[in-house]
Amino acid sequence: MGINWANVFDWMMLLKCFVTGGIICIIGQILIDKTKLTPARILVIFVTTGAILGGLGIYKYLVDFAGAGATVPLTGFGYNLAKGAIEGVKESGLVGAFVGGVKASAGGIAAAVFFGYLAALISKPKMKKQ
Amino acid sequence: MTNPLETKQAYQDYVDQKSPNSPILKNCFWAFIIGGIICSIGQIILNICKERGLDTQTSGTIVSIILIGLAAFLTGLNLFNKLGKIAGAGSLIPITGFANSIVSPAMEYKSEGYVMGVGGKMFTVAGPVLVFGISASILVGIIYLIFNTQAITLV
Repeated sequence: MGINWANVFDWMMLLKCFVTGGIICIIGQILIDKTKLTPARILVIFVTTGAILGGLGIYKYLVDFAGAGATVPLTGFGYNLAKGAIEGVKESGLVGAFVGGVKASAGGIAAAVFFGYLAALISKPKMKKQ
Repeated sequence: MTNPLETKQAYQDYVDQKSPNSPILKNCFWAFIIGGIICSIGQIILNICKERGLDTQTSGTIVSIILIGLAAFLTGLNLFNKLGKIAGAGSLIPITGFANSIVSPAMEYKSEGYVMGVGGKMFTVAGPVLVFGISASILVGIIYLIFNTQAITLV
């Protein structure tokens, strides 16, 4: 199958993606440097924020604008969960609220569990330097 | 004792020592660059999937799976942590950080066995992320069910 590489390397889109993704990471970096929040809490904050912004229908505009620049950061994971839950409700009501979110992000969660375990198995035990 | 102005390196060290350091600006710069690069890699994979005729949802899932897989194995090979030292939030905030947060503790507790050590400690950080993420999504779904609208459409 022929791939149109001009569409793959759409520089305008890549630029918007790069800048948006970069800015979201800067917000995270400021939280790391200026607050005493642990990385775990920051990840939780980002996912929850993404889910709330997704629920409010705001995050969608960022996704339309920046593509992977908005979906690859963890806020995008939260957005995907919320979007899935809303679609689930549209499809099957209350059950959908429970099914939809995880269903929409099942690929990522399953990959994280599977590859995570596998990678930990093959990893070499490291010497702690700190 | 070496004269600080003698060699280029010594001079650089001398300047670094004297000038007020602003690590936050440097950290933000690298977070921006590395975070941007990781997202762009995601965008390129996304574009390739779409060119192959896959829908947006499937393409997005493939991007997540590939980035998570890469980050997991790079963590296993101790390469991701080296990147993380420079990138800071640049590698933590993208989905790669989620994969890293699963593999890192699992590696550390390998000696406690493959079930409770690796299998259990995998979720030290990822667990809370899933708990809050999934709970928030369920609440969003229930609120949507009750009000049958997303807030933005009310405005």
